[in-house]
Amino acid sequence: MSQPAAAAGTQTPSGHTPEPGVPTRRGTELFLLICSAVIITVAIMLVQISREQTISRELFYYGAAFLALFGAAHFAVRRWAPYADPLILPLVSLINGMGLVLLHRLDFEEVTGSPFTGKQIMFATVGVVLFILVLALVKDHRTLARYSFTCGFVGLALLALPGLLPSSISEVNGAKLWINIGGQSIQPGEFAKLLLLIFFASFLVSKRELFTTAGRRFLGIDWPRARDLMPVIVAWLLSIGIVVLEKDLGTSLLFFGIVLVMLYIATERAVWVGLGLSLFAIGCFIAFNLFDHVQGRVNTWLDPMATAGEDVDPGFQLRGGLYGMASGGIFGSGLGGGRPDLTIWAASDFIIAAIGEELGLVGLMALLMVYLLLMMRGLRTALAVRDSFGKLFGGGLAFTVCLQLFVVAGGVTGLIPMTGLTAPFLAYGGSSLLANYILIALLLRISDAARRPQAPSKPKPKQAPIAEAHTELVERPR
Amino acid sequence: MNKPLRRVALAMMVMVVLLMGNATYVQVIKADELRDGPGNTRTLYDEYSRQRGQIIAGGQSLANSVETDDKLKYLRTYPEGPAFAPVTGYYSFVYGANGVERAQMNLLNGTDDSLAFDRLSDMITGEPPRGGDVELTINPAMQRVAYEQLTSKNFQGSVVALDPKTGAILAMANAPSYDPNRLASHLKSEALAGWNEASQAKGDPMLNRAVSEIYPPGSTFKLITTAAALQNGYNANSQVTDAPSITLPGTRTPLPNYGGNTCKGNTLTKALAHSCNTAFAEIAGKLGADKMRETASAFGFGQDLQVPMRAAKSDLGPMADAPSLYQSGIGQRDVRVTPLQNAMMVAAIANGGKLMKPELVRRTTAPDKSSISEMQPEELNQAVSPEVARTIRDMMLQSEQNTKGDGKISGVEIASKTGTAQHGDPDDKPHGWYVAFAPAEAPSIAVAVIVENGGDEGAEATGGSIAAPIGRAVIRAGLQGGG
Repeated sequence: MSQPAAAAGTQTPSGHTPEPGVPTRRGTELFLLICSAVIITVAIMLVQISREQTISRELFYYGAAFLALFGAAHFAVRRWAPYADPLILPLVSLINGMGLVLLHRLDFEEVTGSPFTGKQIMFATVGVVLFILVLALVKDHRTLARYSFTCGFVGLALLALPGLLPSSISEVNGAKLWINIGGQSIQPGEFAKLLLLIFFASFLVSKRELFTTAGRRFLGIDWPRARDLMPVIVAWLLSIGIVVLEKDLGTSLLFFGIVLVMLYIATERAVWVGLGLSLFAIGCFIAFNLFDHVQGRVNTWLDPMATAGEDVDPGFQLRGGLYGMASGGIFGSGLGGGRPDLTIWAASDFIIAAIGEELGLVGLMALLMVYLLLMMRGLRTALAVRDSFGKLFGGGLAFTVCLQLFVVAGGVTGLIPMTGLTAPFLAYGGSSLLANYILIALLLRISDAARRPQAPSKPKPKQAPIAEAHTELVERPR
Repeated sequence: MNKPLRRVALAMMVMVVLLMGNATYVQVIKADELRDGPGNTRTLYDEYSRQRGQIIAGGQSLANSVETDDKLKYLRTYPEGPAFAPVTGYYSFVYGANGVERAQMNLLNGTDDSLAFDRLSDMITGEPPRGGDVELTINPAMQRVAYEQLTSKNFQGSVVALDPKTGAILAMANAPSYDPNRLASHLKSEALAGWNEASQAKGDPMLNRAVSEIYPPGSTFKLITTAAALQNGYNANSQVTDAPSITLPGTRTPLPNYGGNTCKGNTLTKALAHSCNTAFAEIAGKLGADKMRETASAFGFGQDLQVPMRAAKSDLGPMADAPSLYQSGIGQRDVRVTPLQNAMMVAAIANGGKLMKPELVRRTTAPDKSSISEMQPEELNQAVSPEVARTIRDMMLQSEQNTKGDGKISGVEIASKTGTAQHGDPDDKPHGWYVAFAPAEAPSIAVAVIVENGGDEGAEATGGSIAAPIGRAVIRAGLQGGG
């Protein structure tokens, strides 16, 4: 992915003096944001045409407001991270916008818990504000590494909190992930995810030589020393703890996956992945045998049709989503043409199924491609950045988006057992949206560092060809 | 760290590709199977939101879909209500479908393969998909008269009328009946109430007596015995017993004629005309079970029929010994027929012995009214030779002469046979039967009527007194009301 030298719309933001010839590509970003706003506006129009057979001028105002919101984010990037990747923000705006359109569409049906759109717009606005704040306050991602242990502890505390609180204020649909205060509920786990990422990145970077030191060679593999296994074991126990205390398979899987991948990136040794997956398998086996809810999920996954018509029918959620996707087929029913209200939790966990129903396989593929592009830009950021912490942190952030998507979309479409995660930026839910905006801000921060031209090092003295070189006076070793 | 990062990038791509592959599997490969998945209300909603085709008879709409404001978009209505319910059936969001609504489901809801081209053109022109129409063979005037005749005296019973030449079902009425409009209601409470009322009401209104219920045929079965006799050496003037009562062989059980009278005549013709039990019991005894069975099955007994709703099989029972054979000869013991089977029997006699397959659907059309399929009259069997059929017809003409009851039509000769079938209920109120065809010379209508449990005459009822007037009224409606 090389950048063409002559970039369109290269501008010099005030206050910064980028090197001439190094494009910031902020114009590209703005252009793509406008494209995204146009797509979203057209999508809302389609919803309205389909539902009310009219089209109103208000929709253009919505589109304009959408553009204004991301325009603000854009100017924050322009101001504080001028070299950041120009694709990431537009991709995020597209996903979030499609999510809003779908929620708006769902509001036409009388789905329990609706209306969603108003709240989600508020969350998105707060998310963008947080995004701007992070960009403004975190001038250099490396400073985060300094607070690694603080982040680690706070993260752990946040993660454990709902599990330790009484169920009355923390349990929703059987999973203890929430803290309900005064009608507002937040999922601290979403934020803990980011804090723990910072901790792990920083911890692994500082200790990575330790892990690369082989212990014993056994069965043709260089095994790490026992004490170096500690982080994996801790992560493993942590994820088991989440399953036990909070009955949340999704978060558990997410954490374990992130730790594993970061360990692999830090050590460059595949043995960690093998080891981790073995531990994961053991954990799964234990969880399956110990916990009814895990067994239930697996059985439902294996045969969602089995419990149809029974009084206790855990398969009906998954079935509903699959039926929705099947009814959408290849081209979908069109926005407003399907019956996503028949899918339970179509606004949150099952929004992927709603997309599959109304936009069809084609729409779902397009969405997955947008996600893939976002992840790849994130990973490219990690590849390009020069400091180890940035690489590890950036890689972790990108992988977090990927794993969240995989776990939720895989669950809803029946690829893997269902867990309770939400599709990033797409699904209804404040905590997830806010946390993911912070995630994107951090990624852009790293990206800015990656793409910012380095301060020119001292020009190397031009060397004369060897043949013409003078013999040098070499100091004699004493 | 770049090498593992690149590998992670690869892993992420693989994960997304897996998601895409799985989505393709769900939305393309598995989609059809999922659409029929258990409890898939979405398919139902889909179907109920589509404009369903009409059910039409004689140019009248028996079932159509009107647009509504609610979620289901189209409400199914049955303008003719209970009178045509055994034909149309119902189409209910809560209770599924029945009758022609079920039998022609795919055509009516537009998913039939024969409508694939229409679906495609609808997709291109942006028209919402619609279902095709089903045109029935029913003669609305006859159907209405049949239903009115049955219900005006609060009878429980059934009428089936056929066109003997084609097998087209001209009427298929039941009493009591139910209102399919209630079941089709989009208000769940209303559908629920309609269902509960209909399913718990006395007389089981939802039972399609015409095709699903089997009754002892009584004396109408003597037509089969006569046919068997004529095919096995008897003729119209063969001598038969005129004894007022015989004793069943090997028992002391007497088998008397109706009223214990001596038969007015000792020929086969007279025996049928006066419906003498003793003669036909002996004939059956002489012919034997195999010949009886053979003839009965030639008339359609035991055949699995779909008209298009499935009809119950009519049956002679085991006929294991001589007494049961004797009793079976007069349509008692274990002989059981559907009203449809009885109508088929007389239709075959009317049609020169040729038994036609009964059929309810005359034509199916695409939404643009172009024809998809036309009814092709199908011969099931040559039940008896034309000569035998003519002989039986002549006997039936005499039988009609001896049949009391109102409603005789001046100028129209009817060939008929009555039946008064005991069925062992404690009050001993017999079922009254009347099977007939007309006009005798060129039959265009064959009809079977059953009135259960003596109608309004109780134990004194005979087929002639309670069922014959209904049959004649239906024939008159058919002959005079066009058809």
